[in-house]
Formats: sequence, structure tokens, C-alpha cells
Amino acid sequence: MWKSAETLLASALLAGALAVSGMAVADPQPAKPAAKAEKDKAGADKARQAVNVAAPAATAPTAAKTIALGRPALPEEIAAWNIDVRADGEGLPPGKGSVKEGEELFLQNCAQCHGEFGEGAGRWPVLAGGRGTLKSERPEKTIGSFWPYASTVYDYVHRAMPFGSNLSLSPDQTYAIVAYLLNLNDLVAEDYVLSKDNFPKVDLPNEANFYDDDRETSEKAFWKKNPCMKDCSGEVHVTARAQILNVTPDGDQPKGNLE
Amino acid sequence: MSDTSLPPTERATGAKPSLSRRRFLNLAGIGAGAVAAGGGSALAAPAAGTPDPNIVPVPDWTKTLGAPVNENPYGKPSVFEKDVVRREVTWLTASSQSSVSFTPLYALDSVITPNGLCFVRHHGGQAEIDPDKYRLMIHGMVDKPLVFTLEDLKRMPGRVNRPYFLECAANSGMEWRGAQLNGCQFTHGMIHNLFYTGVPLKTLLDMAGVNPKGKWVLAEGADAAVMTRSIPLEKAMNDCLVAFGMNGEALRPEQGYPVRLVVPGWEGNMWVKWLRRLKIGDQPWQQREETSKYTDLLADGRSRRFTFVMDAKSVVTSPSPQAPLKHKGPNVLSGIAWSGRGTIARVDVSLDGGRNWTTARLDGPATPMSMTRFYLDFDWAGQELMVQSRAMDDTGYVQPTKQELRAIRGTNSIYHNNGIQTWLVRSNGETENVEVG
Repeated sequence: MWKSAETLLASALLAGALAVSGMAVADPQPAKPAAKAEKDKAGADKARQAVNVAAPAATAPTAAKTIALGRPALPEEIAAWNIDVRADGEGLPPGKGSVKEGEELFLQNCAQCHGEFGEGAGRWPVLAGGRGTLKSERPEKTIGSFWPYASTVYDYVHRAMPFGSNLSLSPDQTYAIVAYLLNLNDLVAEDYVLSKDNFPKVDLPNEANFYDDDRETSEKAFWKKNPCMKDCSGEVHVTARAQILNVTPDGDQPKGNLE
Repeated sequence: MSDTSLPPTERATGAKPSLSRRRFLNLAGIGAGAVAAGGGSALAAPAAGTPDPNIVPVPDWTKTLGAPVNENPYGKPSVFEKDVVRREVTWLTASSQSSVSFTPLYALDSVITPNGLCFVRHHGGQAEIDPDKYRLMIHGMVDKPLVFTLEDLKRMPGRVNRPYFLECAANSGMEWRGAQLNGCQFTHGMIHNLFYTGVPLKTLLDMAGVNPKGKWVLAEGADAAVMTRSIPLEKAMNDCLVAFGMNGEALRPEQGYPVRLVVPGWEGNMWVKWLRRLKIGDQPWQQREETSKYTDLLADGRSRRFTFVMDAKSVVTSPSPQAPLKHKGPNVLSGIAWSGRGTIARVDVSLDGGRNWTTARLDGPATPMSMTRFYLDFDWAGQELMVQSRAMDDTGYVQPTKQELRAIRGTNSIYHNNGIQTWLVRSNGETENVEVG
């Protein structure tokens, strides 16, 4: 026996004390009103309960009170983390910013990766242009050519940009940068001022070209009952080989891009 | 492969040929090492009638005391397995903080991915969160907005353990336009399969009391990408987990320590790491990762969105470009299959580019939305092989060919490429990523 009776008793007392101090050791009498539990003084009774909890024959663990877990979120806590902006404008903070202010902010904070006109530098994302390329071999998926909602630009710029110092832009600064990006995509004029009030009026041109997953109908043919097992095709030939690998940064870059 | 081609450390240890970047580029080098393993190699059999020098004399390790029990208090793989590591393809992304490091599938077996080898995808680097300071907030269209600590989650009744695969929607995304990357680590290595420990998300949502008008959940990470995804409430209440354990230990930092969301069968981007917030709403939030990214651009210029489910898929992990055939005669073909729609019911293997198929042997557990291992024991006479595998799940879905996929989707989708992979095994054992027709 590795544990003395005294040690066990001490453990039981400790467990009883914990239960009384509100740390929610599973209560074998879950229906007991809190007021009555309060009156229930720590002592031999409580200790025995704790022992019972630990014993195999005790009340099932489902009796544990989840009510004791978690606590109400305070309004100011919610406000601190509640940064999402939805397509209908819900979540936009008060504020405004002009294309002109946005241009200055963009040149300071964004252009080193995205180019002065959103044309992209290196492998960083292109943000402007690309209209009419989505059916081509090299689609350019920008805010103007691809993104369905302007709200996403606001949300993402504030949430995750500038890369390396995210959550640093004020609402006015974010409005201004979004205004500049809309202007770069020929969606608003140079004298435009974007604000919480006029935001819902900004539509992006590609919105109508998104539709919900339809694979279960459009790809129904992939649910085949009995796939072919023998002589399924004629002579098979290699039609393409992996190009010699370009895993080194100085090598030629294969086609394709991970987003 | 001659021993002189190995770096000094490997010559000394007799380690298997390493997959150094330079040798990886040199396919011929791998091929030469494949079947031609000859004189001087530790792998080579001794001449007939000559005692094997690995038997006579008795090796040193049998005659000297080894390392003490606590040499490595956590534990590390054998030094001879040092090349079994995750790898990055640096040209793929502009920054290593928003990039991916791939699982070395070619060197792994069974169905559980070792924690340190699980592929890693960050969008704003790896957050380091003190577990005592971790908080999870639930709010929005709920009766009681709540805050939980990690201890709260670990004391929550109803803890579960569940095995699930996590596949990035962009896995195999570089292969839409043709065979490109030479190794299943790179073509298929954005997947891992783990046993998760956690609490059903439903438990937490029920505690907060979801408003009947609530239809979507926004999950948000605490990293510098503040990653967000909208998840249908039905899925959240069905089988999602708030997980704090992977394969029996705490989540690794790169997998979202201390808490990540588990969204079984659905694209990996939704499994928000470093989970800090869950908000209930009546419509999706149209976040960047569900509009600009993780939508599937089709040939007609339109795009599918909310393509959450990962369709049935499989790949032969050995032989493969990083695991060439080394011997004629008996060989074990090995691979993995998975489906986000259910359980893998069957895997067929072809050695002739899809003309003829043999049903493979499934071994180990086959459970819903979890990786399943398959084998085909075969004799190789040294002929050229075009190796393929074709997964089927219990919904009747059959993994399509790449041509079948492209006929519907074109080549600009980036995401959800689950087409059948072909490896060309040459007569010297060298193996290459190819396409056939």
C-alpha cells in the first residue's frame, strides 16, 4: 500500500475544502439549492461526500454542474474583441476617410508589398486591376475583379493588416485605405469619402458570380456505383511530367500559386 | 548510390540517403541509389558463403552500454531518421509567417500523424499563448455571453477523444495545371490525422443559449492574422470540437496551443487555431478567407463558395518520388485514403495507369472523416509502373481522375483538387510525378 490512511483522509478533507470554496468538485447532490449548500458547513459530512465522489460507486460524473464553469462576458470585454464587419455593414464603427487620405496611408503602410497602385510586389497579393481576367488562363483575383463584398476589405485591413502590425489602424484610417483601394479599382471617384453611412451603397462588380457549393448535383457523376476494374481504357501514355523541381528560391518557378 | 556521395556524418552513421535539397533535385541520383544498391553499401547482402559483417563480428551496440534512460527527457526519433521532417517550398508564398510546411507522408505509415510532423499553415505566424491567460469568448445571438478559461474547458463534463483528418483546401492545389511537384510530401502533404481531445462545441453553445434565429458561428483565432471563418450552426452543433489535446498531449503551438476548433471532414482553414472567440449570427460574415480565398473559381469565371467538405481522396505514399522502389521481387505498396463525407469503404490500386485495378487491403481503423491506410503487396520484376489509387467512401463517392475534375472545374480552382495521382516508377526504381492519358 503506497498511501497511508492518514494521507487519504487528508486528501478527502482537502477535496471537501475545495468543494466548499466553490471550485466545483462534482456535487453528488446536484438538486440541492445553493442556499442550502451554503449552510452546509465544511467538516466530516463534506469530506465524506468528497470521498464518495472519488469512489467508483459514487454518483455518475454527469452530475457535475456546468453552471459553475465559465462566467458572463462583460460588455467592455466583448467590445474589445468584437471586430468583425459583415457584408450588410453590421460591425462597422463610426468614422470616415477620403481617397486622398487613403493614398497617403497606403503609400506609408501598404505599398511596399502591394505596390503603389495595388499592382503587387513580388508574391504579395495584387489588389487592383484584373477585371475581365477570371476566365483566362491567368486570372488576376483582385478586390475589383474578384472580391464580392467591400465590407471584407474593411474587416481584413483592420484585422490583419498591415502585415506585422495588424490592429494598428484607426477606423478613420481604415475607411481611408478602403476608399483608396476602391478608387484604385475604378469603383469610386478621387474625391470620394467613405464612411459608415455610405458603406452599404458600395457594391463590388463580381458579387453576383458567387454561388453556394453545388457539388452534390453538378458532380453527381462522381457517385459511381461500380467503377471499372478491367480494361478500362486503351493504351495509357505519360502526358506530362513534373518539371524538375524548383524547391530552391533561386530556381525557376513552376506554375501555380498557393493562396 | 555510392557512399562518397553522402555527407561525412551520414557516411559515419551509415544513415540512409538523405533527401537534401540538392539530391532531391537530382532525380537521377535517387534512381541510381534505388535498385543498384551494391558493393560497399550497408544495405547490400554479403557474397554467398561470406559471413555478414553486421553479424560477424558481433556489433558494438551489443557489447557496450547504451545511453541512460533520461538522455532525452521528451524523446526524439532515431538519428537515422533525421531526414523525416516537414519541408517548406519557399517560392510558394511571400512570407514564411504566412506559409506552409508539409507533412513527410512518404516516410510515414499507419494512420496517426506524429505531432511534430503535422503540416503547418499559418497566416500571421505562430502565436505563443500563456495557458493561464487564455480566454474563449462566446457572444452574439446568445442568451448569456460567456468567457471560459482553459481550466474551465478541461473541467467541462463530456470530454471526448476523436480521430479526424485535417486537410488544407489547397492540398494538391499546385497540380491543377499539370504534374508539378515531385513528391507526395508536396503534392499531398497538407494533411494530418490525429486523435483530438476536447469538448463538443455544442456543450459550450448550449451553455450560452443560442437564439433560435442564430444560423452561423464565426470562429476567430488569437493570432496576428486574427483568422476568422463562418461555420453553419448545424455543423457546429453536430460534431465540432473545442480541442486542447492532440495524440494524447497538449496541442503543439503550431497547431493552435492551447485550443483549436475541430471541424471534422471540412477544409482545414475552418479549424481555427488559437481559438479566442465564437460569435453567433443569422448570416455568414463574408470574411476574407471565405470570399477572396477558399472559394473555387471555375472555368466560366463564376465561383463556388462555402465548399466546406473535403471529398474522398487517396495517394500512394510508397512508392513515390521521395520513396523510390529499391528492390525487385516482393514490395509493399502503401498509401492513405480519406473522405470528409464519411468512412473509406474501399481503395483500388492500378499499376498500369488506370487500365486495370486491384482492390487494396485496408488495415487499421477505418472511421468516419479519418485517414485510412491501404496496402497492396506485389512482386516487381523491374518493369515500368504507372501507380494510381482510387478511394471510395460509404456514400458511394468515387475519387475522380484529374481529367474528370478539370472537365467540370477547369484549372483555376486552386482548392479541392482530389484527382487521382499517378506516379511513374521507372525500371531503376526512380519514381516521378506524372499525368497519363
